[in-house]
Amino acid sequence: MELALVIQKFILVIVIFAVSLLVAMYSTWAERKVAAFLQDRVGPNRAGPGGILQPLADGIKMFTKEEIIPLDSNKFLFIAGPSLAILTACIGSAVIPWSTPLTIGSKTIPLQVTDINVGILYIFGVVSLGVYGILIGGWASNNKYSLMGAIRAASQNISYEIAMGLSIIALLMSTGSLSLKVIVEQQSGFWAHGWFTWNAFQQPLGFLIFLVCAFAETNRTPFDLPECETELIGGYHTEYSSMKLGFYLFAEYINMFVSSAVMASLYFGGYNFPFMHHLGLDANWLSILGIVAMLLKTFFFIFLFMWVRWTVPRFRYDQLMDLGWKVLIPLSIVNIVLTGIWITVKDIYFK
Amino acid sequence: MQVQSTPIDYLPIIFQMIIAVGFVVTTMLATHLIGPKRKTKDKLSTFESGIEVVGNARQPFSIKYFLVAILFVLFDIEVIFMYPWAVNFKEMGIPGMIEMFVFMATLLLGFIYIIKKKALDWD
Repeated sequence: MELALVIQKFILVIVIFAVSLLVAMYSTWAERKVAAFLQDRVGPNRAGPGGILQPLADGIKMFTKEEIIPLDSNKFLFIAGPSLAILTACIGSAVIPWSTPLTIGSKTIPLQVTDINVGILYIFGVVSLGVYGILIGGWASNNKYSLMGAIRAASQNISYEIAMGLSIIALLMSTGSLSLKVIVEQQSGFWAHGWFTWNAFQQPLGFLIFLVCAFAETNRTPFDLPECETELIGGYHTEYSSMKLGFYLFAEYINMFVSSAVMASLYFGGYNFPFMHHLGLDANWLSILGIVAMLLKTFFFIFLFMWVRWTVPRFRYDQLMDLGWKVLIPLSIVNIVLTGIWITVKDIYFK
Repeated sequence: MQVQSTPIDYLPIIFQMIIAVGFVVTTMLATHLIGPKRKTKDKLSTFESGIEVVGNARQPFSIKYFLVAILFVLFDIEVIFMYPWAVNFKEMGIPGMIEMFVFMATLLLGFIYIIKKKALDWD
């Protein structure tokens, strides 16, 4: 890999990193505004017009708070927990294609950090690592509430991971590739051969299962048992303060951003938008409009996360486990069987 | 159709990790240096809703969590086993599909067994 390419990749990584941090910051603001809107309140409105500077104020507050490491805790793991949580959240976005390549002069710049042929498996692996941050932090605190939150988080994440994996398998059967770039390219446009090209219309059940599992994997309401305030105070981050607490909260929002982007690319066509091939625009304009389309879809899913949070009450733990094991896993197996039969029948009779 | 990846394609992931680690370390150091340090014994004791701490938190907890973890390992390996099949589904045609359905049926039998054993009942 020559130097120019390395620099180009570094710039792209930094831009995507900055964007995901910015989105995560403003998700905290948006969450409070959405909550306020749904509950007929005003929401944050003091820092800047419409409270637009609220995330900065929160950030400064987090930085200038005293960091407390309890005497009974394991100091190394206590610091390692939140660091690991945010680290795994930050590296997930590496394989997401943000748009078609930009052409500047004679150079083509792919707007994807890297296109590896095991893209989905990479995301899947990174998501699984995320549970370590919570588990390590909760155990290291040596606090009963933290430990219970951490165990709940671990148990919940691994339960929903199976259903998530199975729902992706049904998708892979029709796409035939693990590379996110190829999957998004297959969904080009919006309508072709008399049916929608986006995977959500071919895999509606798979999409619903994936959506529910994404909520559970990011520990969002109605599956936020690990940090359920009414029972566990703060859950796994009860003992945390200053930026370490900030890291946990931030990791949740970055995870939300990444899983929204993954949902948009796997099921809703990624950077593709309706009539993109009929506008007669050149490739660079399509690429820029593609970024906008991708971000709009991602923001819609982030909004959905917030909407659900302020609408649906929290599950009980046995209900949560029953939903994961006894409903979603059989359903996704049924989905795989149906997809298999449908693809085979289509290949034989409708060629 | 299949994209070939060379080891060099994985290098940007390492770049992203370097940036992420740099961000985490800088932020952790900054918050450590900026924040006030006025530690007292009460402040550093474990939080337990304001009362004296009773015993140690690291005590045995429900066996159900272990059971779920072990079942997860079993099922997750099955899931990973199915990925290569799913990617090559169209090439393998009907024989491949029937073979995999037999495999999934045995998997489902085990699943029914653990449900009948009440391994997944929380009470």
